[in-house]
Amino acid sequence: MEPKDVIKAQLMDARDLERTLNRMARQIVEVFSLDESTGDSFGLIGMQTRGVFLAQRLQRIISQVDGIEVPLGILDATMYRDDFRMRFKQPVVKETRIEFDIDGRHLVLIDDVLFTGRTVRAGLDALTDLGRPASVHFLVIVDRGLRELPIEAEFVGRKVPTLPGEEVRVRVQEMDDREGVWLVEYPESKITTS
Amino acid sequence: MEPRPDETKEEKLSGLKHRHLLGLSDYDAPEIELILETARQFRDVLDRPIKKVPTLRGITIVNLFFESSTRTRISFELSEKRLSADTVNFSASGSSVSKGESLKDTAQNIEAMKIDMVVIRHSSPGAPHFLTRCVDSVIINAGDGAHEHPTQALLDLLTISDRFDSISGLNISIIGDILHSRVARSNIHGLLTLGANVTICGPKPLLPVELDRISESGSLRITNSLDEALEGSDIAMALRIQMERQGRNLFPSTREYHDQFGIQLSHMNQHKDLIVMHPGPVNRGVELASEVVDHERAVILNQVTNGVAVRMAVLYLLSDQNSAE
Repeated sequence: MEPKDVIKAQLMDARDLERTLNRMARQIVEVFSLDESTGDSFGLIGMQTRGVFLAQRLQRIISQVDGIEVPLGILDATMYRDDFRMRFKQPVVKETRIEFDIDGRHLVLIDDVLFTGRTVRAGLDALTDLGRPASVHFLVIVDRGLRELPIEAEFVGRKVPTLPGEEVRVRVQEMDDREGVWLVEYPESKITTS
Repeated sequence: MEPRPDETKEEKLSGLKHRHLLGLSDYDAPEIELILETARQFRDVLDRPIKKVPTLRGITIVNLFFESSTRTRISFELSEKRLSADTVNFSASGSSVSKGESLKDTAQNIEAMKIDMVVIRHSSPGAPHFLTRCVDSVIINAGDGAHEHPTQALLDLLTISDRFDSISGLNISIIGDILHSRVARSNIHGLLTLGANVTICGPKPLLPVELDRISESGSLRITNSLDEALEGSDIAMALRIQMERQGRNLFPSTREYHDQFGIQLSHMNQHKDLIVMHPGPVNRGVELASEVVDHERAVILNQVTNGVAVRMAVLYLLSDQNSAE
C-alpha cells in the first residue's frame, strides 16, 4: 500500500489469488492447446512490474501441472506511453527482456490491473516494434472498468466495477510486504493510470 | 535463466532535481546513477530491428552548434530521432550569427518558434547558463569552451560501468591537456561524485590552476609522470591534444608529447588489465600509439555507442519539465 491509501475493501487474499492463477493457467493450456511442442509457437509476456511476477507464477503452474515449459519475456511499455506531457516527472524506464523471437508466436500479455487500457495500448505498440506475433491475448487479475480505449481482456481474474477516485492494488509477495488485492481510496488518483 | 523484474517500485518517478543539464558539478550520485540506468534500457532499443521509440513524439529540439562538432552532433541528432522528437539543426556558419546576431537574440528567435529543448555547443564557457536566463526551454550543454561537456562524461561513466561492477573505488587516470579539456572537467566531477580515485596527469603547463580547489574532496591526485599515473590504474583516459584550441608554446612538439605522455603498446603490455578510453577524435601517434587505438582493451567505439544511449536518457529524463506549466 502507499501512505495516502485508505483501504475500502479487500478483494482477494493470497489463497484467492492462487486459485485465480490456477484457473487462468488451466484456461491458457486449454485455449492454446499447449503441449510439449508449443515452446516455439507460444509465449508469456509479463508487463513491468507486477505482471512479471504473475507471469512467472503462471509459467511455474503450467510447468508443474502440465509438465510444459513455456517461454517468458518481460516488457516495459514506458517508452510508448501517451501520458508523456501530463506528468511532472518521467516514470523510470525499466527493463524489457524477451529472449525469444516473437514473430509468428501466440502471446499472452499479462498485467495486474486493467483500467483505462492505455498501458496495454502502449504494450501492444512496444510488441509491434519487436516483431509480428501471430496473435496477442491479454490477461489481467482485476478488470476495474472505466476504459478509455476499446480494449478488452480475454482472461480476467475478477471483474470489479470501481469509481474514478478509487484504485485497485494488486500486491505480490515477490516485491510487496503482503499478498492479495485491495480496493483503496486514492485522493490523488488523477496522477496515476493503470 | 529466469527473467527477474526490476527492483524499483512501481510507478517510481524520475528523480532528476535539475531542469537543465549544464554540467556534472552539481549533479549528485543518485541523479547520475538514474541517468546511467535509464541509458542502459535505451541502449537495448538500439539493438532492436526497429531502433526507434515514440517517447518524445511532439517534442521539438534545436541543436545549436556554434562550434564545429561531428561526433557529438551526430550522436545528439541520432538520439533525438531514435526518440521520435522533431529536430532543427543550427550551425554558426551560414546562419544569422555570421551576420552579427547575438546569442541571446538567436536563442529568443528560435524559442519564438516554440522549441521545447535546446542542445547547445559554444566556445564560451557559461553560454548554456546564460541561455537559461534568456529562454524558457530546457537547456542541455553539449560542450561550452573549456568548462564542461557533461554528456561526454556520462557516456564515459556508462562505458566504465559496463566493465566494472562499481565505479566507487576504481583508480582512473586522466592524461593529457587537462587545462583545455571540458571532457576532463566533467569527468572529474562525475568520477569523484561516484567515489572513484582520479589521477590527473599531463605536462605542467596543461594542468589547470584551480585543481587545488577541486582536490579538497580527497580522491584527486596530480602527477607529471605517465608511469606514476598508470601504476595501479584500472582505466587510462587519454585526452585529445587540441591543436586548434591552444597557444603554441605549451609543449615543445607532438613527438615529444607522445614520448612522454602518449600511451604506447609497451604500457598495455606492462599493465595487463588496463582499459584505455579516449573521447575522440584520436590523434593517432600523439595521445595514443596507433596499436593502442586498435587494442582489444581500448573501448573507444563502445564509448561512441554509449553516447547515443546516454543522450537518449538525458533527453528523456529532462523532457518532462515542459509539462510543469
